[in-house]
Amino acid sequence: MTIDWGFWLGRLSLDALPSNIVTMGGAAGGVLGVLFIIGLLTFTRRWSWLWKTWLTSLDPKKIGIMYLIVSGVMLLRGLADVLMLRAQQALFATGADGPIGADMFQQVFSAHGTIMIFFVAMGVIFGLINLIVPLQIGARDVAFPLLNSISFWLFFAGMALMNVSLAIGEFSTAGWLAYPPLSTLEYSPGTGVDYWIWALQISGIGSLLSGVNFLVTIFTMRRKGMTLMKMPVFVWSVVGSMILVVFAFPILTGTLGMLTLDRTIGTHFFTSDMGGNPMMYVNLIWAWGHPEVYILILPAFGVFSEVVSTFSRKRLFGYTSMVIAIMAITLLSFTVWLHHFFTMGAGANVNAFFGIMTMIIAVPTGVKVFNWLFTMFRGRISFKTPMLWFMGFITTFTIGGVTGVLMAVPGIDFQVHNSLFLVAHFHNMIIGGVLFGAFAALAYWWPKFTGFRLHEGLGIAAFWSWLVGFILAFGPLYILGLMGAVRRLDSYDASLGWQGLFIVAGVGVAIILLGVFFQVLQLAYSIWKRKELAVGPDPWDARTLEWAISTPIAEYNFATLDEVHERDAFWAFKQSGKHRSAAYHDITMPKNSGFGVLIAGAAFLVGFAVIWHVWWLAVIAFVVLIVLIICVGMREDIERTIPAERVATIENKLWGHRS
Amino acid sequence: MIQRKRGKSRRGWLGVLGLLFIAVIAVVSIVKIMEGTNVAVLNPQGAVAAAQKDLLLFTLVLSAIVVVPVFIMIGVFAWRYREGNPKGKYTPDDDSNKWIESVWWGIPILIIGILSVVTWVTTHQLDPYKPLVHDEKPIKVQVIAMQWKWLFLYPEYDVASLNVLKMPVGIPVDFEITGDGPMSAMWIPNLGTQTYAMNGMTARLSLIADEPGVYRGSNSNISGEGYAKMHFNAETVPNRQAFEEWASDVRNDNAHDHMDSSVYEKLSRPSAGDKPQYYHLHDDSLYATVMNKYMHHGDEMTGREGNHDH
Repeated sequence: MTIDWGFWLGRLSLDALPSNIVTMGGAAGGVLGVLFIIGLLTFTRRWSWLWKTWLTSLDPKKIGIMYLIVSGVMLLRGLADVLMLRAQQALFATGADGPIGADMFQQVFSAHGTIMIFFVAMGVIFGLINLIVPLQIGARDVAFPLLNSISFWLFFAGMALMNVSLAIGEFSTAGWLAYPPLSTLEYSPGTGVDYWIWALQISGIGSLLSGVNFLVTIFTMRRKGMTLMKMPVFVWSVVGSMILVVFAFPILTGTLGMLTLDRTIGTHFFTSDMGGNPMMYVNLIWAWGHPEVYILILPAFGVFSEVVSTFSRKRLFGYTSMVIAIMAITLLSFTVWLHHFFTMGAGANVNAFFGIMTMIIAVPTGVKVFNWLFTMFRGRISFKTPMLWFMGFITTFTIGGVTGVLMAVPGIDFQVHNSLFLVAHFHNMIIGGVLFGAFAALAYWWPKFTGFRLHEGLGIAAFWSWLVGFILAFGPLYILGLMGAVRRLDSYDASLGWQGLFIVAGVGVAIILLGVFFQVLQLAYSIWKRKELAVGPDPWDARTLEWAISTPIAEYNFATLDEVHERDAFWAFKQSGKHRSAAYHDITMPKNSGFGVLIAGAAFLVGFAVIWHVWWLAVIAFVVLIVLIICVGMREDIERTIPAERVATIENKLWGHRS
Repeated sequence: MIQRKRGKSRRGWLGVLGLLFIAVIAVVSIVKIMEGTNVAVLNPQGAVAAAQKDLLLFTLVLSAIVVVPVFIMIGVFAWRYREGNPKGKYTPDDDSNKWIESVWWGIPILIIGILSVVTWVTTHQLDPYKPLVHDEKPIKVQVIAMQWKWLFLYPEYDVASLNVLKMPVGIPVDFEITGDGPMSAMWIPNLGTQTYAMNGMTARLSLIADEPGVYRGSNSNISGEGYAKMHFNAETVPNRQAFEEWASDVRNDNAHDHMDSSVYEKLSRPSAGDKPQYYHLHDDSLYATVMNKYMHHGDEMTGREGNHDH
């Protein structure tokens, strides 16, 4: 009897293993890393601990920390990618092929964009939302705790799939948005685009579920007395962001679904023949893609609002304006997608309309900047690291804002579209906005979750390295773009005179890496010296509810649910000098559940099987997935109660002598 | 006291205006310095690119009205209200001021209002589909973006060129641009406006070179392995007569191949870095044939008309 390998393995064969020295290095590093962690867990007998306290936990605080760990690791991978790209452009692009050829280079920039947006920026944002939102609205949990865990694990599964492509097969060469026809079977027959599709599809569904979860959480689980207009601005920014998730992500799911059908069963949604239309894909992907930008940046705005108010020791200026601005941005961000392709032949009326809508977004954004500045006005500003990140953000984000307005004018965009000028612009927004916001948030909220603060000196060193590196890395790109350098070039003629600027940009990347080195060092050093860096539950003399509770935070967050009367609820409480009410009641919390891990595991297998055309496995995994989802609906006994006496004991222990 | 305060605030405003002035001078001088160098977008060689450069500078200066005060304020506020500065006032509960907030809703609205009008007008002026207004009759060039090379057809002159574009100085060129492969985009930064080249669709674009020269053009949209090598030079000849002479030289030189469907077929196989070539063009319908490869019903679409239902 002969074995039909084609049936059992689909497209899988030994050819799928890495053959290029760079991929081999990356794959080997990844595999060794995973093996090391597995070994460590086995050796220290921590598997059961890991499963019980982390993997199956429904506590948003733990889920948030897991998001941040994954994003941190992915940030390192995205940076390794960019190091290769810039090294190629600065050192080798004018001569022979260099260490990586065109195909490899294109895989690397596609991976860089995909990882940085989906598995760094999105992970950081959802991590922060998980950690902060329930605390700021004075809640004990999210609306759907198990769904939250499922969201995280789908994100994890997408991330895993993305990284498996390093060791088995290849990644997409079609850029982070994979425009057809390049991404259709005709021009990309390999598994790369399929990896891209399924990594995004699985994590994207996780994001959508999170969006629903946090909207419901914010609308239904706020502390008594916290009306919408008393919510912290960070929570408002999350409302805007999650509304965008709920409306935008289904478009991504649908678009990727159609591309999948084109690639696997031969439909013609986006092919250039048989009535397909690639322009439809471009419209759809940006109808998701533009709101996506605001999904990332709005929560960062929220973080900065908290930071600037706390470190200026002053109420946030223009709260109502801020809320209006957030909601205006939310609404407007759905009306501008066409500005990503002014050069695709739309009429002058259409281009002008979308150009003007785009500029209008500059108004509420500008208002926010002025409100932050006037929060500093007549404040008492203490320049701790979160405040430094804020200052860096204003500087870089304002420059990015100007170049954004420039590109919103179609006549100008015709000359800079798809050039390095565009690349510099969106890095100004994403790094200066989202990433700096995440770093500010990390420094700001770290002590709340750990009981010690991060080492200040190393934080300052990291900040300056990032800022200087950033300016050096992206300033030259603006000039290169105006010189006619388009994005994604693996080679160019030496006679063009671009190399000098590419080298400067490369030096900038190196300085950014130095900043990352300082950050890693800061984490390690601060954990090592945690006794010396220990602080109380309210180290910044802050204003919002999360600072009112003990550190470490009890799993139920709040022992008592006192009514809120003011906007800066904790600040008002501190001013009035009242005491917490001490009557404890029973608290009901959700039990742990392994469904998140299982569902994401099944989803991973579905994705992997379809990528490699292993149809039997795809069918089985899909059936398992459906059965698991049905089982989720049939769960009973999902809660456990913490009796009032136990709450009292925990609280006394947590507060120690302070109580 | 009041006198002194007013004097102080007047000095403050003078300082702000001074800094604004310095910033504008700085931006303008950076731009001026770049003009002499190889910064193509700021060194336009044709009417379209020149208009776009002016538009860019105008928008930049207009944005400076908002941006410069931001940079000044963040510096001044950070210094003055730093912790431990006894001179800084402290008003922890000030959290709104209707008047001052309406200023920063108002000024950006005003600026964006002005910019919107400018955008509306210039978008129509610079609409790539609109032929340039010019005394000279334009020359028609059909462009096919292939994997990974540029084929230019001059149907009025029965010649074609690969990876090199010939054009006379001072005469508009009306391009029809289509694709035969992954989506590409044609961009000649010295001359202005880039446009996507897509299969089965025609995009239109009018450009002009007002100065003689050799201008680099490239593909700006990722299109596969040979993408980075997909560039060409736009070479000018002094006038229409010289252009006609060039065309007739190509036609009369037997060293050049005839461009017909079989030669095109060979050329359409993926390749990168092909040397510039000239061809006789006998098949006037070549462009239409390439377009129709992707048409199922034989109806012609343009990028613009492609937005309608078919």
